[in-house]
Amino acid sequence: MITSRATWRNQPAIAGVARLFRDKPLIPLLILLAALVAAFAIVRPGADFPGFIAAQIRTAIPLAILAGCQTLVMLTGGIDLSVAATGSMAGFVAASLYTGPNSLLLAIGVALGFAALIGAINGLGVGVFRVHPLIMTLGLGLVILGAANAYQLQVVRTRSGVPPELRWLGSATEATFFPDSLLVFVPVAIFIIVMLRGTGFGRLLYAVGDNPIAARLSGVKSWHVLLVLYVISALLAALAGFLVSGLTNVASVTLVNPRLLPSVAAAVIGGTSIFGGRGGFAGTIVGALILTVADSLLSTLGYPEAARQVLFGSIIVAVAAFYARLTTES
Amino acid sequence: MTAASPPTATVRPGPISSIRAALGRDAWVAGLAVLVVLLLVFTRSINPNYGASGIQSLAVNVLPLAFAALAQTTVVIAGGIDLSIASMMALTNMVAATLMLGRTDDIGVAVVVGVLVLGVVIGAVNGFLIVWTRVADIIVTLAMSFVWAGFALWIAQAPVRSPHEWLSGLVNGPVLTEFLPKAFVVLAVAVTVIWIPLRLSRLGLAIYAVGSNPLAAFRSGVSVGRTKVLAYALAGLFAAIGGLALSAITGQGNPLPGGFTLASVAAVVLGGVSLAGGRGGAVGPILAVMVLSLIQTDMTFLGLNSNLATVTQGVILIAVVVLGSLTQRRRASA
Amino acid sequence: MTAIATASDLLLEATDVSKAYGAVVALKRASLAVRRGEVHALMGANGAGKSTLVKILSGGLRADTGRILVRGRESAARSPGEARRNGIVSVYQEPSLIPDLDLRSNLRLTRTPVDAFRHWANELGLPDVKGSDLASTIPLAAQRVVDLARALALEPDVLMLDEITAALPANLTERVLEVVGRLRGGDRSVIFISHRMIEIGAVCDRATVLREGETVGVVDVTPGSEERIVQLMLGEIAGQAPAITQAEAHAASERHEKTTPRLHVKGLAAGTHLHDVAFELFAGEVLGVVALEGQGQDELFDVLAGSRRSSAGEILVEGSPITFHHPADAIRAGLVYVAADRAEALLMQRNVRENITLPTSAQPRHWGLINSRNERKRVYDAVETLQIDARAGAEVRRLSGGNQQKVTIARWVAGGVKTMLCFDPTRGIDIRTKNQIYGLLRDLAAAGAAVLLYTSELKEIQLVCDRAIVIFGGRVVAELPAAQADEAALLRAAYNLKKEEALPEATAAEAVAAVSTDSAGPARAERGKS
Repeated sequence: MITSRATWRNQPAIAGVARLFRDKPLIPLLILLAALVAAFAIVRPGADFPGFIAAQIRTAIPLAILAGCQTLVMLTGGIDLSVAATGSMAGFVAASLYTGPNSLLLAIGVALGFAALIGAINGLGVGVFRVHPLIMTLGLGLVILGAANAYQLQVVRTRSGVPPELRWLGSATEATFFPDSLLVFVPVAIFIIVMLRGTGFGRLLYAVGDNPIAARLSGVKSWHVLLVLYVISALLAALAGFLVSGLTNVASVTLVNPRLLPSVAAAVIGGTSIFGGRGGFAGTIVGALILTVADSLLSTLGYPEAARQVLFGSIIVAVAAFYARLTTES
Repeated sequence: MTAASPPTATVRPGPISSIRAALGRDAWVAGLAVLVVLLLVFTRSINPNYGASGIQSLAVNVLPLAFAALAQTTVVIAGGIDLSIASMMALTNMVAATLMLGRTDDIGVAVVVGVLVLGVVIGAVNGFLIVWTRVADIIVTLAMSFVWAGFALWIAQAPVRSPHEWLSGLVNGPVLTEFLPKAFVVLAVAVTVIWIPLRLSRLGLAIYAVGSNPLAAFRSGVSVGRTKVLAYALAGLFAAIGGLALSAITGQGNPLPGGFTLASVAAVVLGGVSLAGGRGGAVGPILAVMVLSLIQTDMTFLGLNSNLATVTQGVILIAVVVLGSLTQRRRASA
Repeated sequence: MTAIATASDLLLEATDVSKAYGAVVALKRASLAVRRGEVHALMGANGAGKSTLVKILSGGLRADTGRILVRGRESAARSPGEARRNGIVSVYQEPSLIPDLDLRSNLRLTRTPVDAFRHWANELGLPDVKGSDLASTIPLAAQRVVDLARALALEPDVLMLDEITAALPANLTERVLEVVGRLRGGDRSVIFISHRMIEIGAVCDRATVLREGETVGVVDVTPGSEERIVQLMLGEIAGQAPAITQAEAHAASERHEKTTPRLHVKGLAAGTHLHDVAFELFAGEVLGVVALEGQGQDELFDVLAGSRRSSAGEILVEGSPITFHHPADAIRAGLVYVAADRAEALLMQRNVRENITLPTSAQPRHWGLINSRNERKRVYDAVETLQIDARAGAEVRRLSGGNQQKVTIARWVAGGVKTMLCFDPTRGIDIRTKNQIYGLLRDLAAAGAAVLLYTSELKEIQLVCDRAIVIFGGRVVAELPAAQADEAALLRAAYNLKKEEALPEATAAEAVAAVSTDSAGPARAERGKS
C-alpha cells in the first residue's frame, strides 16, 4: 500500500490536482459547487433560476452557521453536539417570550443569554475538567433538551408563534434573488473569517488544535481559549436557531436536530480536520452550499430520500479520505 | 516493593486477594447493581402495584438500548467510537421485517441468521473504512450512519407491519417465574454466548490491548488494524441483535433510526467503560441502561415532568466523566 | 579485533543495514554479527544509530537496504510479532505490558508459557507480583523484570535487551545481570544495550560500536577494553579550535563571582530520574549540560520550562525563589524553552509566521485584531536574524529539520531573550545550520542572555559553551570549564568514570547504585503522546 501511494503521488497530473486541493482547497470545492449548480440548470432548463439560487442560499445559511460552530470547535480538536439543542432552545425561547414588536429585543436577548450560559458550561467542562468534548456537549445537549421540553409544557397554554421579524429574516427574499437571511449571515461570516485569520484568539484556536503541547510550552492557557470558544459557538448556534425557526415558521425544542450531523459533514467537506489545526470558514460555507445543492439536485432528479442519504454519507467518507491521504505525508 | 521480600512470583492468585482485586476493579459495576436494586425497591415503595409486570416492561424497554450499548462497548474498548449504531439497527430491523413478512417460522430462523451475518458485514465495512482511509472513527461512522439509514429507507419509506409470533415470543413474557422476563434471559444468553467467550479469547484480549495502548499491543504481536475491523464487526453483530429485538418488540420494521447512538454512548460512559479505550466490560453498560430506564419510570410515578429524566440523564453523564477525570488527575499528581 | 567467526557460529548476522529519514541518514551500512551463546554489547554515543538498528532488528521499522539472517535464515520482519517468529524477541526501554490487562492476560496475549515465565520470574527475583495484578498497578521496575521474564520464557534465538537495568533498583539489577550472564555459552544469544560500562564489563563477551550510523569496530570485552570502546565511540577527534579561549572563559568566571546568577537551581528532584541537581547560570554565559540518555536531563528541562512540577528543591531567578505552575509562569520569569523534539514545539500544519508569533498571542490582551504590519516586521526580523529559508513556509512541517529548529528559536528571539533553555537544539540537523545556531547562541550570550544548553554532541561544549556540567544518575557529577571539556573528558565523566583510573570494585558498585536508588516508583509520566 505504501508503494502504491507513492506512485499515485508521482503521477504529475494527479499530483498537480492534489497540490491544488491542498494549497487552495477552496478552488476545487467551488468547481464542484458550480458543477452541481450547472447540473441543475441542465436538468431543469426552464426553471426559475434566480429563485432556485435564492432558495438554496436561504436553506444553506442556518446550516452554514451551525457548521461554523463545528469548524471553530473542530479547529481545537473538539466537536459540539449541543448546537442543535441550543439552537432549538433559542428559537423556542424567543418565540415563547415574544408578545409583540416591543418584546423582540427582550426575547432575543434572553435566548442569547441562555445560549451564552450553555457555552460557558461547555467551555468549563472541556477546558477545566477535561471532559471529552463529545461527552460534554452530548450530555449538556440532553440537559438542554429536557429543560426546554419541561419549559414547553409550562408555556404551551400561552399560544406562541415565531416572531414575524424572525420569519421575515429567515424566509423572505428581496427582488426575487436576495434572501434576507444574508443580512445576518454576511456579518456573521465576516466576523468568523476575520476572527480566524486576523486575531490572536483565532491563531490560538489553530494552535491549541494543532499541537496542544506546543501551545502550552508557549504559555497558552488552553482553558481560557476553550471557554471563550464554546460561548461563541453557543451564541452562533442560537442565531442559527432563530433563522431555522424563521425559515420553517416552527418553534419546537427539536427543530434544529436534523441539521446537527450535516453541520459536522459540511465542515469536514470544507476541509476542516476533526483532529484540529487545519481548516477555515470559507471552505465550510462552500461545504454547506454543496450539501444543500446536492440534496435539491438529487430530489429534483427524482432520487428518493434514501438514495440521497446513501450518497451523502459516501461523499463525506470519500472527501475525508481524500483529505487524509493528502495530509498524511511521512 | 521492598528489597527485603524474598523473591516469589505467584502467577496463580490466592482466592481472597483475587476477590479483592476483582471487587476493586469492578466496584463501579457493583455500585450500579446496588443502584438498580435500590431503584427497584424505591419504585415499589412509591408504587405498590409495581411488580412482575413492571419488571416485564422494564426488561422489554431496555432490550434494544442494551444491545446498542453492547455494540458501543465493544468499539469503545478497542479505542474507537461508532456513531452509526442506530442506523445499523434500523437497517437490520427493516431487513428482518420485510423478509419475514408473512413467512413461516423456519424461514424466520433463516432470516434471523442472515440478519446477524448482515450486521457483521456492515460493521466490518465500518471498521475496514476506518483502518483503510485513516479517517477519524467519529467521521467515518457519522458518514456511514447516513449510508446505513439510507439503505433502510430504501427498503421502505414508512414503517412495515410485520408481526412474527415466533420472534416476539422470544422476548415477551416471563420464563419459569413471573419475575424473570424472557427479555432478560435473551440478554443473558447473548452475553453468555458472545461476550464471555470473546472476553476469554485472544481476540478479546487483543481488543482490550489495542484500546489500552496500541504501541504496546503492536509490540506484543497484535495486528492493530485487523483487531479494529473485528471490533467493529462485533459491534455490527450486536447492533443487528438490537435491530431484531426492535422487530420482536414492536412487530414492525421502522426505517428511521431511533436515538440509540447517543444514548449508547451515554450508557457506555455511565457503565464504567473508559472512552480512552481498554477499560470496562459488558455488564456495566447494561446495568446503566436499566438505571436510566428506572429513573424515567420513577419520575413518571412521582408525577414529575418526564423531561426531568432527560435532564437527569445528561447531568449524570457529565458528573460521571468529571468525577472520573478528577480522580484520575488526583492519582496522577499523587 | 577478533578472529573472523565462521558463518555457522553466527546466530544473528546483519549486514549493510541502512536507513534514512528523509534527508537525515540514521544508519549507513551498519553491521552486527552475534555468535551463538554470547552476550553482545551494542554501543554508541547518542545519535550513533543504535536505537534505529534496534528498531529494525525488532521489526518496528523497515530498513532501506541490508540483510538480516537469524540462524542463516533471512528475516525481514514487518512487525514485532513477525520478528518473534523469526527468533528475535526484544525487551524495550519502556515496558510493553498492556496497562489495562492483568498479568495473566498479558502473558496469554503474547502466548507466553506460564510455567516458563514463573521459572524465570523466580530466577530474576521478581518481587511479589500476582497473575491478577493489573499491569498498570505493577511498579515500573517490576514491569521491566516481567518484560524480561516474559521474553526469556519465549525462548528466543536472540534476546535484545535495551537499557534493561535503567530503572531497576540495585538488588534487581544484580539478579538480572546474573541471569543474563548465565545465558552465556548456551544455545541463545543476547544483544545487550547499556550506558553503564560496568555492566558491559560484567556480562558481555564482545561489543559492536556504532558511530554516525556505521559500525566502527568490534571489541572483545576484557578488563581495560572500556578505553578502546570509548575511543571507538569518539572516533578521530577533529582538530576544531574551541570557540572560546581559556582567557575569555577565565574572565567570565571572574565576573560571575560578583553577580547574582540569573538562574540558581538547588537540590532539584523530579520523577524517577532527577534526584539532586544544583547549578548556577549567569547572564552572558552559555552553560553546557552533558548526560547520557535518561539521566534526568529531560526532567530538569521540563521543570525549568514550567511544564512539570518538581518534587524537591528550589529554583531562584535573579536571586528570588519562584515556583512554576504552568509554562506561562516560566516565560514570565524570562525562562524560554527550545525543545529538541520539534514535533513538541511546532504547529506543524501552520505557517512560519503563526509559529513565530505564538507566544505573543498566548496572552489574552493580545487576543484582538493583529496589527499585521508590526507583526510582519517582527517576523521578518526574526527570519532574517536566523536566516530561515521560509520558501516552503505555508506549512512548517514541509521545512527542513534545520529550518524548523530555527523557527522554534526565532519564536523566542522575536520577543527578546533573558534566559534560554535549549534541549539538544542541533539534533538531526545539517552542519551549516548547526554552525548558525552556535553563532546565534554566542550572540545571545554576548548580548547579556543566559543560555542553558543540553547537548548530545559532546564537541558542541567546546564550540559554544563557557563551561559544562555533567549529570549522571540524576546528580551533577562534574563541572568543567570549556577548556578542559574535550570529548574524551566529557564522555568519561558522563559514564562516571574517574579520570586516568582503572575501575576498582567500589567505584563500580557506586556507579550502579547511583542510578538505581529509589527508582522503583510508579511508571514515569509519559511525555506527550504524539
